[in-house]
Amino acid sequence: MDLLALAIKSMFIENMIFAFFLGMCSYLAVSKKVKTAIGLGAAVVFVLAITVPLNWTLDHFILQEGALSWLGDDFATIDLGFLRFIMFIATIAAMVQLVEMAVEKFSPALYGALGIFLPLIAVNCSILGGSLFMVTREYTFSEALVFGPSAGIGWMIAIVCLAAVRERMKYSNVPAGLRGLGITMIVTGLMGMAFMAFMGIKVEGGKKGEESTKVESKETKPAKAEENTVSLR
Amino acid sequence: MSTETLEQEKVAQIAEPAEPLFSAKRKRYVTDPLDDDNPVTVQVLGICSALAVTSQMAPTMVMAIAVTVVVVFSNVIISLLRNLIPSSIRIIAQLGIVATIVAVVDLVLKAYMFDVSKSLSVFVGLIITNCIVMGRLEAFAMGNKPWDSALDGLGSGLGYSWVILAIAFFRELFGSGKLFGFTIIPESAYTAGYENFGIMVTPVGAFMVVGIIIWLQRTRNGYVEEH
Repeated sequence: MDLLALAIKSMFIENMIFAFFLGMCSYLAVSKKVKTAIGLGAAVVFVLAITVPLNWTLDHFILQEGALSWLGDDFATIDLGFLRFIMFIATIAAMVQLVEMAVEKFSPALYGALGIFLPLIAVNCSILGGSLFMVTREYTFSEALVFGPSAGIGWMIAIVCLAAVRERMKYSNVPAGLRGLGITMIVTGLMGMAFMAFMGIKVEGGKKGEESTKVESKETKPAKAEENTVSLR
Repeated sequence: MSTETLEQEKVAQIAEPAEPLFSAKRKRYVTDPLDDDNPVTVQVLGICSALAVTSQMAPTMVMAIAVTVVVVFSNVIISLLRNLIPSSIRIIAQLGIVATIVAVVDLVLKAYMFDVSKSLSVFVGLIITNCIVMGRLEAFAMGNKPWDSALDGLGSGLGYSWVILAIAFFRELFGSGKLFGFTIIPESAYTAGYENFGIMVTPVGAFMVVGIIIWLQRTRNGYVEEH
């Protein structure tokens, strides 16, 4: 039950795009058509589902303080935390490459659908962000296993919705300076407002989400609640 | 820092004795990204962190400096190594170098500005995947000399900095009535019925402010994007 709550929380409440702005570059660049958006979204889910648990394993058996104790007592005090960024990004880049090769070999159809998006993903912030959140929020392995794909699904929902809105927007007359990036930002803002309604959902086992990592001041929380009700009407 | 710049100057002088250190072309490397070719509002790069850290001025300032430092140094290092890196593995090589520089920046922040580093949380690490850094490495540093690359990195860093500082200015001023943590909106305004816009400190406010800044800048420059 706890894991289900975590899945719902990372999909909707702490959505990668609307709450943490992660993966915005490809979110803005590849959201012109619903079909390509679905392709990229699926690739992100796929890669997040693999890299987050993998990086959890690396973090707990190599990087954390005392994690190397399985090598013997001499290694028990070593803290390799400063290597975390390099290790994670190398894992992600290598995994993306491996996944690309494996998919090409075993499922040409899937490769045709995901192929061009896979290399893009190595530099998608939401992938590295997922791994870093997994560390700062101190997830257990099973939580990491659930967090990876559900964060990806949240990202996918966001990009597919935006692509659908942008497809319709072709038929409307947007002011010249606002065309393209400007209006996309504002649409994203409006979608974010709708997603803020999910913040009202109470989920079980919210202990880890409470220590919010956002750069927001606490006194604004009541104001946020008011905004929620406004946007709901 | 100073020895580093000296070395770059030396390299540039040896490489191109004819061209002055700050020729018109080189000045354009710094000034172009500020307005006409801005990384955030025109090239649409680095939006991720541009929005995430901008609810207050102070962390935004630190982020702006951190990104500028990372862009300049990674540009210079990649530019020095540009003839040694095989093109098939250049992405991994670039990521490795950027990740190393970001790790250094992260450790410096943790050592000297622990509170700020805590409030920036994962976003310091995410400079690695900041598209501006990768974009400049790919587009400029792989094909240009170190001093030019340093200037180019500086320009992109500054272009990024002013945009995120502008966003943070509006978000903090209207969202909590403060700038750098000091109250700006007088108490009398609140008693007269003024209220902070709660929405400005939320992600939604960030999207809106960026949208409007892009609108204003593009209207001024006459840049129109086709659907």
